[in-house]
Amino acid sequence: MRDFWNTALKDLGKIGIAYILITVGVWVVFMILIPQLIMFDYSLRPMLPLREIGGPKDVWTLKNYMVFFSNRLHMAIFFKTIWSSLIVTLTALAICYPIAFYLAKVAKGAKVGLLMIGLIIPYWINELLRLFAWQIILADMGILNQLLIFLGIIVDPINFRMGNGAVILGMTYAYILFMVFPIYNVMESLDRNQLDAARDLGASWLRIHYKIVMPHAKPGIAVGCTMTFMLAAGTVAAPQLLGSPSSFWFTQVINTNFECANWNLGAAYATVLMLLCVIFMFIMLKLFKVGLKELTQ
Amino acid sequence: MGQEVDLSGVNMRFGEVYAVRDINVHIQAGEFFSFLGPSGCGKTTLLRLISGFMDPSEGQIKIGGKDMRGIGPNHRPTAMIFQNLALFPLMTVEKNIGFGLEVRRVPNAKRKKKVEELIELVDLNGTGDRMVSELSGGQMQRVAIARALAVNPAVLLLDEPLSALDLRLRNHMRAELRKIQRRTNVTFIYITHDQTEALTMSDRVGVMSIGKLEQVAKPDIIYNTPKTSFVASFVGESNIIQGDIISIDGDYAVLKTATGSFVCKNPQHMETGETATVFIRPETVFLAKGPDAENLLTCRTKTISFEGAYAVVTLETEQRQIFTMRLNNDGSVPRIEEGEHIKVRFNRKNAFLLKNGGTAIA
Repeated sequence: MRDFWNTALKDLGKIGIAYILITVGVWVVFMILIPQLIMFDYSLRPMLPLREIGGPKDVWTLKNYMVFFSNRLHMAIFFKTIWSSLIVTLTALAICYPIAFYLAKVAKGAKVGLLMIGLIIPYWINELLRLFAWQIILADMGILNQLLIFLGIIVDPINFRMGNGAVILGMTYAYILFMVFPIYNVMESLDRNQLDAARDLGASWLRIHYKIVMPHAKPGIAVGCTMTFMLAAGTVAAPQLLGSPSSFWFTQVINTNFECANWNLGAAYATVLMLLCVIFMFIMLKLFKVGLKELTQ
Repeated sequence: MGQEVDLSGVNMRFGEVYAVRDINVHIQAGEFFSFLGPSGCGKTTLLRLISGFMDPSEGQIKIGGKDMRGIGPNHRPTAMIFQNLALFPLMTVEKNIGFGLEVRRVPNAKRKKKVEELIELVDLNGTGDRMVSELSGGQMQRVAIARALAVNPAVLLLDEPLSALDLRLRNHMRAELRKIQRRTNVTFIYITHDQTEALTMSDRVGVMSIGKLEQVAKPDIIYNTPKTSFVASFVGESNIIQGDIISIDGDYAVLKTATGSFVCKNPQHMETGETATVFIRPETVFLAKGPDAENLLTCRTKTISFEGAYAVVTLETEQRQIFTMRLNNDGSVPRIEEGEHIKVRFNRKNAFLLKNGGTAIA
């Protein structure tokens, strides 16, 4: 610890250290701690008319949480959101793993750059607009239906926006980068000779991936899955724009609570969602036997 | 048991560039064969062609008499040891060695037994359950050898596996490799840019330069009777003087140079009037006793570097030609000081006249 301070002092100087401590401190306190604590405090208080706030009835209670656990519909939406977010995560993983491998170990030179740009360009456009684009593609008389009818594959337009399909599709598309980059990063550091060695020793491609590439890419896969899951579980735009009544997302329930001015209930629901995300992250760490430190690399 | 490897007319082109050109060589079963050459001479490409990571643009590679075209590295009777070893860092020593058996679905008990045998063979007892990252450089080397031998290859391909080791360990591993090769009788194909490595370990050496095989022979023949200028200059040290042939005398020729005329061996049977280069090994140069012998040089000693068993003396002739001589420290040589004027000579049978061009920058 002492050595740490001494080297820090030598490298950064007193002003440098003070600058870092203050900026990081302000960030942690004002951007993370205080808002979360305010929300948590809200979630523990009952909704009261303005004049009663701070009065005798304004005490900490678990009533808001009880509301959630006793509301079967909201519970169902909550679990459906987890389930759908898991599907989004797995779909994104299935799509991104080959892309990341191709980028990191197969493609050379200009191809890498082109594919990278191809992946990044959609992110120059606002997320809402990207989702609108999907709305246009998937609409009853949208591009996809018209194409399928033109090709004679279908006669009547398909309602793509029934159920969860459209939301899952839109989200997978929206979060691909968050899955590709962490996996790409770890795969980059994999020595190509290891792949050749495994192949030379008789391994099939499937085996090479299962035995060599995947174990190596584990931290990246864990990060990608955690981020994608959190983004999927926490977004409100995609279900709002692409969803149908049957694809109601838990974030939409939270949103409704805030819109109905029941901030306390909304805060309780948001806390539950946050807890879910934290638990998911630890499950991923356990599952992939990755340490918190590796996760940040 | 080893198998023979036969390369005939092998070419490898990348676009317009030939990485390997017209290679013809027959490597016998159980032979320790080295490809020796500077970096970029195409030896790694050659190894990748034999192992099956690439197929040659033209020509044929046969292993054990069977044409290998179209057969991938995972289906060839070869195993490769990579330059950086390419051990699997997330696996233990046992897992690394057993990898090839595991992917071949060798039953557990049989695999365990084989791995134990190999650990014994390469002297790694007691390290089986350690991670490879915990091992020393020499131990990692052994794991790589054991891992490659585990799949019972007929041909073991080694891509400069000793280059990362320090000198002492390298010398030790050389002897070790040779021992393992003798014991297993597997055909070893070794590539290296280190001539000592190639000369000490191999049954035969193939010297390569810019994609071509210059000479294939036993190590002593390569050293003593190089066939081309490249081989003469790349393998071992040589004094190199250029000149014109002024007369022929049987197997010998007289070369007229700026430093004087020398009688040299003429293995390429060059004709009078041709320009040629003569190569003279420093250890074949000695102090002249009489005044009227042939191949005599009058020089001044520039530097003397004493190496213990011998001393390397750098000489400069009156014509400013630099010449080196190696004197054995056997008590028969009088003491020489720097700056002294001395006469040295060499025997005609130790001087090789070769066609100009293609010399390696030593």
